Amino acid sequence: MKPSTVFMSYTRNDLTNFVILMGLGFAVVPFVVQTDYWYSSILIPWLCLSLAAVGQQIVMGYAGQLALGAAGFMAAGAFALFNLELRLPFMPFPFNLMISGLIAAFFGIIFGLPSLRVRGIYLMVATLAAQFFIIWMIDKFGWFKNYDTSGIITAQDIVIFGREFTSPFEMYLVVLVTVTVLTVLAINMTRGSTGRNWMAVRDMDIAAESMGISLLRTKLQAFAISAFFCGVAGALFAFTYLKSMEPVAFDIKLSFRILFMVILGGLGTINGAFIGAAFILLFPVVLNTLGNGVFHGMIDATIISSIELVVFGVLIIVFMIYEPLGMAKLWDSIKAKLAPQSTLEQAQEKQQRL
Amino acid sequence: MHISGWPMTEFLFFIEVVVAGLLAGTMYSLVALGFVLIYKASSTFNFAQGAMVFFAVLSFVGFMELGLPFVLAFFVTILLMALLGFATERLVLKPLMNQSEDTLLMATIGLGFVLEGLAQAVWGVEVRRLDLGIGDFPIQWIIDSTGLFISALDLTAGLVAAVLIIGLALIFKYTKMGLGLRAVADDPGAASSIGIPLGNIMLLVWTAAGIVALVAGMMWGARAGVQFALVDLALKALPVLIIGGFSSIPGAIVGGLIIGASEKVLEVYVGPYFGGAIEGWAPFVIAIFFLLWRPEGLFGEKIIRRV
Amino acid sequence: MNIEQNTDVVVPARNFPVGGSILEVKNISLSFGGVNAITDTSFKVLEHEIRAIIGPNGAGKSSLLNCINGIYRPQEGTISFRGKPLGRISPNIVAQIGISRTFQNLALFKRMSVLDNILVGRKLHMSSSFLSVAVQLPSAMREERKNREKCEEIIQFLEIAHIRDTPVGKLPYGLQKKVELGRALATEAEMLLLDEPMAGMNVEEKRDMCRFILKVNDELGTTMVLIEHDMGVVMDISDNVVVLDYGKIIGDGPPDEVRANQEVIDAYLGVAHD
Repeated sequence: MKPSTVFMSYTRNDLTNFVILMGLGFAVVPFVVQTDYWYSSILIPWLCLSLAAVGQQIVMGYAGQLALGAAGFMAAGAFALFNLELRLPFMPFPFNLMISGLIAAFFGIIFGLPSLRVRGIYLMVATLAAQFFIIWMIDKFGWFKNYDTSGIITAQDIVIFGREFTSPFEMYLVVLVTVTVLTVLAINMTRGSTGRNWMAVRDMDIAAESMGISLLRTKLQAFAISAFFCGVAGALFAFTYLKSMEPVAFDIKLSFRILFMVILGGLGTINGAFIGAAFILLFPVVLNTLGNGVFHGMIDATIISSIELVVFGVLIIVFMIYEPLGMAKLWDSIKAKLAPQSTLEQAQEKQQRL
Repeated sequence: MHISGWPMTEFLFFIEVVVAGLLAGTMYSLVALGFVLIYKASSTFNFAQGAMVFFAVLSFVGFMELGLPFVLAFFVTILLMALLGFATERLVLKPLMNQSEDTLLMATIGLGFVLEGLAQAVWGVEVRRLDLGIGDFPIQWIIDSTGLFISALDLTAGLVAAVLIIGLALIFKYTKMGLGLRAVADDPGAASSIGIPLGNIMLLVWTAAGIVALVAGMMWGARAGVQFALVDLALKALPVLIIGGFSSIPGAIVGGLIIGASEKVLEVYVGPYFGGAIEGWAPFVIAIFFLLWRPEGLFGEKIIRRV
Repeated sequence: MNIEQNTDVVVPARNFPVGGSILEVKNISLSFGGVNAITDTSFKVLEHEIRAIIGPNGAGKSSLLNCINGIYRPQEGTISFRGKPLGRISPNIVAQIGISRTFQNLALFKRMSVLDNILVGRKLHMSSSFLSVAVQLPSAMREERKNREKCEEIIQFLEIAHIRDTPVGKLPYGLQKKVELGRALATEAEMLLLDEPMAGMNVEEKRDMCRFILKVNDELGTTMVLIEHDMGVVMDISDNVVVLDYGKIIGDGPPDEVRANQEVIDAYLGVAHD
């Protein structure tokens, strides 16, 4: 038997699942979903946050660097895009979007530098500096907000080559295309030599170094690419979901939410980012509907949001104890139990047992 | 009179800033101390320490609102914190005993959210006022004798924190319990095999961490109200720990003072050039520079990684 | 050498006869906070040879490899490879120079599959940038395919094809040791440092391991420096042996000579130290 030599079987799932998902996104959703609510309140934020979670996944799930500043990089991307659209309106939107990501990547490199010396909670504290510093910078320097006195700025309309994308459905398409393209790139990287270097550094840095991997380059590369993804995600989030934005929208709570997405979704899988984002985003919606529907508003909204925190916290603890690889792994295990095993897999398992 | 070219009033002002910073720093030391105790006892970075501050003081205010007198509410809260520590040890840390540090850290982040949510679900989300009977205004006799303007609340908070820290440090240095804790910190397996009661030590440590959390919460709450923002404030204990080292009690104290004083000095003298409010990130940036210079912290041991 | 007799391995005439000095360790000393791990140690490794480092536990054998590999920096002395002093460099530079290694306590990438672990060993043969990997440029795809084929060869050679897709963390110890050897082989380095490659293996596994080591040395001429406790194995496969005790060299030479050295015998039988 000559095994296929190009695709790693270990993460093949990511690609198949993603193809199915985006197939649905392009071919089914536009015909099934007709309400603006679904586009502007569920699908758009889900895709944007998924993209940010992919960024978090790259630095944390793949390169193993405990970073907690995703929202800071998102803010950098969002306000970079606002300024680019404001000051270089003649440049095409996709170009400006990419530059926004690159600006965020620049911050990623700067604040990723401590990763060369420290790990774990030390690194987490260092990346918190990014979170607080970037938000402060945007807040304090009026130039970033075009000296708007209210402190809240309005995102410009998205115009791509003369065509306006302003309705929820049109914006959904912009987000969907961007997220699809970037996620495919991310999957390619994680399955190729780039991702292998990240994972090697994650699993055993000294051995990785002894194989010729430069820790400096690899870690900073992961930080930069991660911040790029977060930056683009933040820009899309601001331009298609928030629309009017202030730095506070990207505070540490959002960083925690993105952290939770990858932890609950499953560290080290691209799928996990999408699953985690869906869960973190939809769970409060479900809880609210439940609160209104079953208890008819008898429960205070603030209590519901407190319960939400408790549930997220408990879930994280439970997953850490029972399935540290998160929902994606859980899903795989369930599927493996339900699906009839192929004879090849059975043979492989038999051999392993011997 | 001039001191190195500075007019006296400016020098006094500088001293005021430093003193205010040091007093504020004792609070950071206090929160960091809770962190260090738990780290020593169970080798866990307890990210939930900040949430514990919020949980403790909100419960305390809640008990007072239920009609409990001050002292009783104080002790009931401490009892609650001890119970909470016990539950954490049993339900969270024990099942994760052999997991990596990162896994444990994430579990305590989860714990933090549980505590924040629980506190708000039980006691509500509105900001509470906490009156300890100490005003936030300068003390007259200090102004008269030295010309310094130092807030009574700052001074009380600083003194209470100092007494508490020194007390705990002495307990853990000179009592049998403290010796046991150090043995546990060194090697839990060996410690329990020579008959050191692990369970008791854990309970003691969590209770102590609960006390420092409550006191820090009360002092901060008295100034700015008991509210969710305390959690973010308590995050500043993290840079303190990086400067002092995660397992060093003196480190927590000195680190807290360094962060407290330097963030105030930076805020007052450098902040205005950048639009102010640099206090929010300055401690973290100071911590980064510290990391680059001395990753093991001021008092931590240099770690040699064995291969 | 009497390989056939003890290991049942038939060794053909060597394609690469032992040559001149390739690695020179000169007067190195290493200490951790006042405790000396290695004291004023010097020896030479010859090209294409199999060199064993032996000695009691704590003699400083692993520390020595870690110094050559750039993980530890000796306080004194120099290490030169092909006449060039290594100086203050990190493990990834040492790897680029052509020295690869395995570790005493397994340093595999636990969550990655066997194939991926070995592929990481190909790192220095893969130069595609992350952008060309991301957009799957034909050149990047070609490079990936070529290196995967190379790894499949190693997998076939080490007879671990049945576990190629298993995450290594799930494998038993002996197989993990094999994977680690595979990863080191994948680098195609001129010199391999093997830190107890046969620790915890049974006789049969050890025999396999010896066979792999000898075959690689014979076919590719790879210089091997290995730490091993099993004296039978050491005497069988090595060309020269260095004996360390308390961070000092007490014997250096062909196996038979070292075996007859009184100081070495004392060290192993536990004669009291001054």
